[in-house]
Amino acid sequence: MESAIKEKYMSTVEIENLVVEFKTDDDIVKAVNGVNLKVERGKTLGLVGETGAGKTTTALSILRLIPNPPGIIKEGKITLDGHNLFDYTEDEMDKIRGNKVSMIFQDPMTSLNPVITVGEQIAEGIQIHQNLNKSEAMKKAEEMLELVGIQKERATEYPHQFSGGMKQRVVIAIALSCNPQLLIADEPTTALDVTIQAQVLELMKNLREKYNTSMIMITHDLGIVAEVCDEVSIMYAGKIVEHGNLEDIFENTKHPYTEGLFNSLPNIEDRKSMLKPIKGLMPDPTNLPKGCAFHPRCIYAKEICSKREPVVTQLSDTHYVCCLAYENTEVKINGGGLIE
Amino acid sequence: MFKYILKRFLMVIPVIIGVSFLVYFIISLTPGDPVKMMLGEEASEESIQEVRDELGLDKPIIVQYFKYISKLVRGDLGVSYRSKRPVLGEIVARFPITLKLTFWSMLVAIIIAVPLGIISATKQYTLTDSICSVAALIGAAVPNFWYGLMLIIWFSLGLGWFPSGGYEGIKSMVLPSITLGTTAAAIITRMTRSSMLEVVRQDYIRTAKAKGVNKKVVIRKHALRNALIPIVTVVGLQFGHMLGGMVLTETVFSIPGMGRLMVDSIKSKDTPMVLGCIITLATVFSLVNLCIDILYAFIDPRIKSVYK
Amino acid sequence: MENVEIGKDLLSKEEIIKKYKKRSQFWEVWRRLRKNKLAIIGLIIIILLAIVAIGADFIADYDTIVIKQNIKGRLQPPSSEHIFGTDEYGRDIFARLVHGTRVSLTVGLISVSIALIIGGFLGAIAGYYGNKIDNVIMRVMDIFLAVPNILLAIAIVSALGTSIINLMIAVGISSIPSYARIVRASVLSIKDQEFVEAARAIGSKDITIIISHIIPNSLAPVIVQATLGVANAILSTAAMSFIGLGIQPPAPEWGAMLSGGRTFLRDASHITIFPGIAIMITILSLNMLGDGLRDALDPKLK
Repeated sequence: MESAIKEKYMSTVEIENLVVEFKTDDDIVKAVNGVNLKVERGKTLGLVGETGAGKTTTALSILRLIPNPPGIIKEGKITLDGHNLFDYTEDEMDKIRGNKVSMIFQDPMTSLNPVITVGEQIAEGIQIHQNLNKSEAMKKAEEMLELVGIQKERATEYPHQFSGGMKQRVVIAIALSCNPQLLIADEPTTALDVTIQAQVLELMKNLREKYNTSMIMITHDLGIVAEVCDEVSIMYAGKIVEHGNLEDIFENTKHPYTEGLFNSLPNIEDRKSMLKPIKGLMPDPTNLPKGCAFHPRCIYAKEICSKREPVVTQLSDTHYVCCLAYENTEVKINGGGLIE
Repeated sequence: MFKYILKRFLMVIPVIIGVSFLVYFIISLTPGDPVKMMLGEEASEESIQEVRDELGLDKPIIVQYFKYISKLVRGDLGVSYRSKRPVLGEIVARFPITLKLTFWSMLVAIIIAVPLGIISATKQYTLTDSICSVAALIGAAVPNFWYGLMLIIWFSLGLGWFPSGGYEGIKSMVLPSITLGTTAAAIITRMTRSSMLEVVRQDYIRTAKAKGVNKKVVIRKHALRNALIPIVTVVGLQFGHMLGGMVLTETVFSIPGMGRLMVDSIKSKDTPMVLGCIITLATVFSLVNLCIDILYAFIDPRIKSVYK
Repeated sequence: MENVEIGKDLLSKEEIIKKYKKRSQFWEVWRRLRKNKLAIIGLIIIILLAIVAIGADFIADYDTIVIKQNIKGRLQPPSSEHIFGTDEYGRDIFARLVHGTRVSLTVGLISVSIALIIGGFLGAIAGYYGNKIDNVIMRVMDIFLAVPNILLAIAIVSALGTSIINLMIAVGISSIPSYARIVRASVLSIKDQEFVEAARAIGSKDITIIISHIIPNSLAPVIVQATLGVANAILSTAAMSFIGLGIQPPAPEWGAMLSGGRTFLRDASHITIFPGIAIMITILSLNMLGDGLRDALDPKLK
């Protein structure tokens, strides 16, 4: 019995039917429209999609840090080890933030407080969550700095004295300082040089293995996904359109949008081949298209796609897709494997 | 850091010289013969000419100015036409009253305004915020000489709590301080609110929250210090407004400070006194701004590293 | 075949953008401003005040009501005959307030225009030419800024003598630096942008570039400052009249009216109360409009 419960809660974090909206002066922006996610202990999930797909909003919902107003979590449930995070008070949430769940933010240049020393910024979380006094926390902070490859003497310096890559290391040190169960990394490398990118990714991989941390890696870079993730969720207009393990997504692509993402990548083997970008732009989130949100840009779209909303189709134990082609015979996707 | 302070301090000097020239030039446009003002209308031609020569009033204005400035460097601001006493002495006697009043008004304004601005910003779009914002809006629009009179009507003539004027004891300072402080408090509240709203949106505030830092601590430790630069700037500017506003407040409450001294001097065309008053006030204002500049470095390490 | 279609598509897009841009500048700002309740209240009050100022003579005759003394009816409290009462010379306060609106708005507008023209010109030159010219102009502005505004205005008026024109000059001159600074800052941010470089490349003269490119593009912050500046100018005027250095009796000016009532605070406080409220409402509505304009012109500040 007990083991069954344990089994059930093997997944550290589970998001069910999350809906997040932002109210502006005249419109309602539907940022997240019914997302379901699951990350198991020690596993890494890649959350992939274009800018504005709702990835960051989904991540911030886990920490309950959606700016309110204008943002509001309309519906859904996020459970961490079986406890619904939305039931917690703010004070209880503070014990989870930075402790059980922590986040690495996208832009290291703006993520650190310019008027507080780097050491203090790392020590702050440690002091809160580990019942240490100031000097003990500071010592631990220096250790964290060394762990991410910065000399501990620099703990007394301010963020403006660090380069972009160094700042991101500091942000990572802050996020990892309390050995979180779940680490959310929101495009941790976009703001960095390519050479630094690889170092930072390597660092995160090592730390994950050391502490058996679960991770959600938000990115639009499929290369990073292939390198660090176990599973991938493809997000479009606030919805997960395809989910599977690396093999499902890379070798057995099902959703036309996922296909489009792959086709937009340059092909190293055939440099003369043309890029095939996805036509058009992300839809206006205040006015999403009826039916399947992707249909105006979809090369296989039929009339029904603008009328009926697709539901999730399970293709295998690990592979899910949300496209009418797999529910209705009218829509056809030529060839099973989409990528030649 | 010390070098920077010294450099900034030295930069105040040309500004003061510039101010003295500007004001000297403006005042010299005053029609009428200053010697007649000094000696009275019945003075003989001879004695008038004698004084004219002595003061060098027949020489070009630029020569007169250099004479003035060379005396000024030695701390000699000339002699009042009206009281026939040295200008510096009178200013030294009156200025502490003005400075004291300004200082206390500003202190009270800051103590009230900064917390109000923070509350308003952290509770944006609530009733509290609306009340604070509207109060600040009205406070910034009230002409302080009128407001002072209204306070006299209510609290002095009506309730009899405070004297309606004069400068005797703490009680007499209460109404003038409120009068002077209200505008400043309103403007500081507005600046604190908008500056805090700006800072609270920043990424590093989200980082702090994501660490599990309590909301109140986030505001106190992470947000306030970053919001401080514009607040401190506006405090400095308000200090200047207060020094100007003293002219009115001291008139309303019959306080024998520098504002009154200046108004009386202008009315009696006591040019050296007017010059002395304006130069003193401008010097004090420049020094306050210098302090504000230095304060920036203690608030923001980025500015400090530029100063080095 | 395909190429033609793409070209067609682009053209129509460009046209849309063009259309949109023409409308946007003004209408976008108006659309945003309209949503700001306080700003609209401010705007309505200002329009009403302007109507009152223009039509003052229809409301009360200047010579027979506004300045004519009537010793018998002095210091009367508000009544149905004189809704705001009468002053120390028996004149109707309401009528004087109405004519005072004209004085205040005129002084406010003209002194701001003086400051705007001189300050804007100096700021534009300083920003556009930079280097030495910039340095000289801005150091002079620093000197002006070192003297609190009202003190500078007082000094100027005391030298030139008290008249309505001198008052406008004094208030105008004392606020030159704030316009110079604002215009300079926006010129600096605009002058290196592509469209200015393009104008320079096709051989436009400096003055043409300043007038036809730089000034229109730095308008937004200037409009905001000017709106708030009119409020400040009205306040300064009232303040100076209050200490007897502004508009001289019997002309109806709010600050002077207020000052006249000081002696009668105990027995006839209405003489002081109403002009003060008039000043306050005017300043308040200008400030509300100014704030609203700032938010509407610069949405990212909101």
